[in-house]
Amino acid sequence: MIELITFIFFAALALGSGIVVVAHKNPVYSVMSLVLTLFSTAVLFVLLGAPFLAALLVLVYAGAILVLFLFVLMLLNVAAPSTTEERAGVQRVVAVCAGLVFAGLLAVLAWQDPLTRMVRPLSEEYVAIKPLAHLLFSTYLLPFEIVGLLLLAAVVAATVLARKPAPKPREGEQ
Amino acid sequence: MSFAVTATLLKMLVWLVVIINVTPVMLWIERRGGGLIQDRPGPNRVGPFGIFQAVADVLKFLFKEDVIPTEVDRPLYLLAPVLALVPPLTAFIVIPFGPAVDVAGHSVSLVVTSAETGVLLLLALSSLGVYALVMAGYSSNNKFSLLGSVRASAQMISYELALTLAIVAVLVPVGTFRLDAVVAAQQGTWLGFLPRWNVFPQIIGFLVFLVAAFAETNRLPFDLPEAESELVAGYHTEYSAMKFALFFMGEYMSMAVLSALAATLYFGGWYLPGIDYTGVWWVVGLKGLVVIVAKMALFLLFFVWVRWSFPRFRFDQLLRLGWKALLPLAVLNLILVAALTVGGWL
Repeated sequence: MIELITFIFFAALALGSGIVVVAHKNPVYSVMSLVLTLFSTAVLFVLLGAPFLAALLVLVYAGAILVLFLFVLMLLNVAAPSTTEERAGVQRVVAVCAGLVFAGLLAVLAWQDPLTRMVRPLSEEYVAIKPLAHLLFSTYLLPFEIVGLLLLAAVVAATVLARKPAPKPREGEQ
Repeated sequence: MSFAVTATLLKMLVWLVVIINVTPVMLWIERRGGGLIQDRPGPNRVGPFGIFQAVADVLKFLFKEDVIPTEVDRPLYLLAPVLALVPPLTAFIVIPFGPAVDVAGHSVSLVVTSAETGVLLLLALSSLGVYALVMAGYSSNNKFSLLGSVRASAQMISYELALTLAIVAVLVPVGTFRLDAVVAAQQGTWLGFLPRWNVFPQIIGFLVFLVAAFAETNRLPFDLPEAESELVAGYHTEYSAMKFALFFMGEYMSMAVLSALAATLYFGGWYLPGIDYTGVWWVVGLKGLVVIVAKMALFLLFFVWVRWSFPRFRFDQLLRLGWKALLPLAVLNLILVAALTVGGWL
């Protein structure tokens, strides 16, 4: 009973704050709502019997990545800009397509499984820390390492982009 | 109420009583200690040795006028001081303060939650602490506040990496995230007199943890988010009365959390060789609690000592230290500990 109440409360909170993320005019409020969304999702993970994923979600996304979002927002000092015009056009088409894909996905899932069987805890080998680590470092070692390499490439690229270009003589231009 | 629920609530109450009292006690120690170090009396008028100065300070905070500037972003402005308090208050649930004891036929382990995620939970909660600073700085509509919170976000993210890597190195030989297992692994002695504390084999990791702890709690020499000679008071410039006091309490409670964590990870937690941890449950619990609080107190005193002894770093020096010195050292320590563990020496 108490699990059901907790689930309903945090699922509603996740959805509500998710809507605020896309609907709010002020980007700082959007990021804050995203923190709330992630936190509620983490609670749902705990309810599903996956506290490790929940802790990682809060630690990595809410604790680090979104702080950097805020950092950038504050550095650029984006004080409630009106970006409504930019949202039109391509973005709207893409959003509708993504929504359709998601709806289709839900429909397929609902068609294949009765609703009652969809809601169930993940099996132990996907959520407990030790089995998860075994999976990552044996069966999925290559994809895991490739993801690491990808992140390294992104870090190198960001460093190269952020570095000031060496001052060079600008003669003969035009 | 079932037995388990009552036990959990009681264990929470124990930690709550301890950490609520950290702030007033530290307030007095900070000011008298500062006086001692700087060769002046410090506040000595209220009660013997000025011991009721903390009470006077709390009363002052409560009765001062609470000013909310008109141009602030109200929801975030009001939420920020609360958020400063919540993460350190909740982080204590994973710190054990005693062994498993028998209470009326039930085995109760003296830690609020011994979940599998253990110390990860503490890290996740304390990583949320930065939002209080960032929200306060942004919502205050003050350029000094904003600068303070920009500094806070960069600083806390940089040092969190080194801190986490140092903690991971402690967990490698134990093989679990649970802090009660970490304490259990540190029981006994080497050569009959040296406690089996992690601080001896992992001295590099401990030093990295210690330096990063100062940066994570925004204490001198790393108090750049509130550097008063540059930024008025940094992120809490626009806060007054009890709201300011909440930031103050949050800072001391994060210090207490990291002190308790340092004591648990590197100094054996509630365990001290030579103390008999068998007998009546509440005596055992009291012994464990006294030991861990004593270890915490030593760390908190160290925080005060450092604050009054060192000048503030410059921001570029701070970031350079974090990324170019602490992070490589933490990785080195991790490799070292992993090698020792594989070799079977730890």
